Amino acid sequence: MQPIVEIRKLAFAYDPARPVLRDIDLTIKRGSVVGIMGQSGCGKTTLLRVIMGALRPTAGEARVLGHGTRELDTEGLYAMRRKMGMLFQFGALFTDMSVFENVAFPLREHTDLPDDLLNDLVLMKLQAVGLRGAAHLAPTELSGGMARRVALARSIALDPQLILYDEPFTGLDPISFGVIVRLIRNLNDSLGATSIIVTHDVQEALGVVDYVYFMAAGRVIAQGTPDEIRASGEPFVRQFVNGSSEGPVPFHYPAPGYDADLELAAA
Amino acid sequence: MRFVTDMRARIERLGTSVTAHVWRLGFASRFLFYLVVHSGTALKRFRLTIAEIYFAGVLSLIIILVSGLFVGMVLALQGYETLQRFGASESLGVLVALSLVRELGPVVAGLLFASRAGSAITAEIGLMKATEQLSAMEMMAVDPIARVVAPRFWGGVISMPLLAALFSAMGVFGGYLVGVQLIGVDAGAFWSQMQAAVDVRNDIMNGVIKSVVFGLAVTWIAVFEGYDAPPTAEGVSRATTRTVVTSSLAILFLDFILTALMFTGGNHQ
Repeated sequence: MQPIVEIRKLAFAYDPARPVLRDIDLTIKRGSVVGIMGQSGCGKTTLLRVIMGALRPTAGEARVLGHGTRELDTEGLYAMRRKMGMLFQFGALFTDMSVFENVAFPLREHTDLPDDLLNDLVLMKLQAVGLRGAAHLAPTELSGGMARRVALARSIALDPQLILYDEPFTGLDPISFGVIVRLIRNLNDSLGATSIIVTHDVQEALGVVDYVYFMAAGRVIAQGTPDEIRASGEPFVRQFVNGSSEGPVPFHYPAPGYDADLELAAA
Repeated sequence: MRFVTDMRARIERLGTSVTAHVWRLGFASRFLFYLVVHSGTALKRFRLTIAEIYFAGVLSLIIILVSGLFVGMVLALQGYETLQRFGASESLGVLVALSLVRELGPVVAGLLFASRAGSAITAEIGLMKATEQLSAMEMMAVDPIARVVAPRFWGGVISMPLLAALFSAMGVFGGYLVGVQLIGVDAGAFWSQMQAAVDVRNDIMNGVIKSVVFGLAVTWIAVFEGYDAPPTAEGVSRATTRTVVTSSLAILFLDFILTALMFTGGNHQ
């Protein structure tokens, strides 16, 4: 079966002198939950934006849902995105709409469903994330975890084939975190979708994904199943998985000598 | 030598600043063109635009009506003082009406509209950008310019002439209250002279044209500043301030140009 996302020799740079992504090869099979992990600033969110077609690769190819994102015009891009769902880091709910209207938004924009059918569909999506009773609330009345779940209901409103998650675990309490982890897995399996999770919460994400790509400095430096990643001998991966301050990622930001900064040499 | 270096640096900075402003104006013009071309959604689903007319127009009514009333009252007081010296106090209605429909109605209503509705439009669009709501819309294959910006633009453009007309009407009423009810100018002279002197085409229509132009300018600036705002608290705050300052200056500049075109060259009564 053709992979849902296939990336070959991909590079991306805002400024040619400072590439953000280099030589990325990545294959994501249909039906899987895949994690893209790495420290902040390693390029994983940029990679996600390339996959969703918000950024065009400067070299190489990204094929998503059978389309080369580089060749797509705006119409083609929007047609592709109708088959995708995206959960933003803090939900990105529309604050001038109720929870119900947020979930109804993609259905109203892309379908001509009669009101009673649309009503049933929205309530089903909210039931799937456990928030049918919160349909009338405003986004400002929701906790962070609830907002994330409403955003998840909105992202699956059109039954997408591919769901993208940008840092879905950031700032969640343990209960909300557990709920989101289970929802990602359950929704992926029940919808027959494919999920890509971009995160730096390694331990938490390893419990839910089928396969992991590990990134550092714009490159994929390791990949494998969660067990393979836990057993990896790659120093960067070991440091990251164990959360250690010792390793290839230094604790200190590059700086001139400490003595020189404190002017101790002159004393 | 140092003077030459300093001068060179200053000229370079000036050149960079001018280039940046010209580039931004070009970007704003392209933005307006794209916005107008993608206004189909705002016009087809007109309830989206009606919601924005409520937001920009109806919610601005209080400040417009109260300001119009007081401006009219002040005009009557000041006008009466001057007119009575020449024995022309019966012309008070003409002075109040012409001042309002030609100048003060469109200009003051435009300035108030920029402060009340323009700043709110910029802040709303800027915050939607900062909280990734516009990106979320794009990811849902919905064009945020067509869905969010265009209804706000047309809502503002439609609201502004209506607000200016209400401002002028309220100002005339304020002038009547002070001139006729308080000072005692003859009511018949007040209204009949106004009716005879105010021309529909040369005065009222020109005032309406001004208010439409100001509405276009203020709303264009407001939506562009919001859409172009850096997605941070400081960025949105600066964009909101820029909307009020740029809109106010644009209104005053355009007013001068339009007045020069409309009321000079003997084409007025």
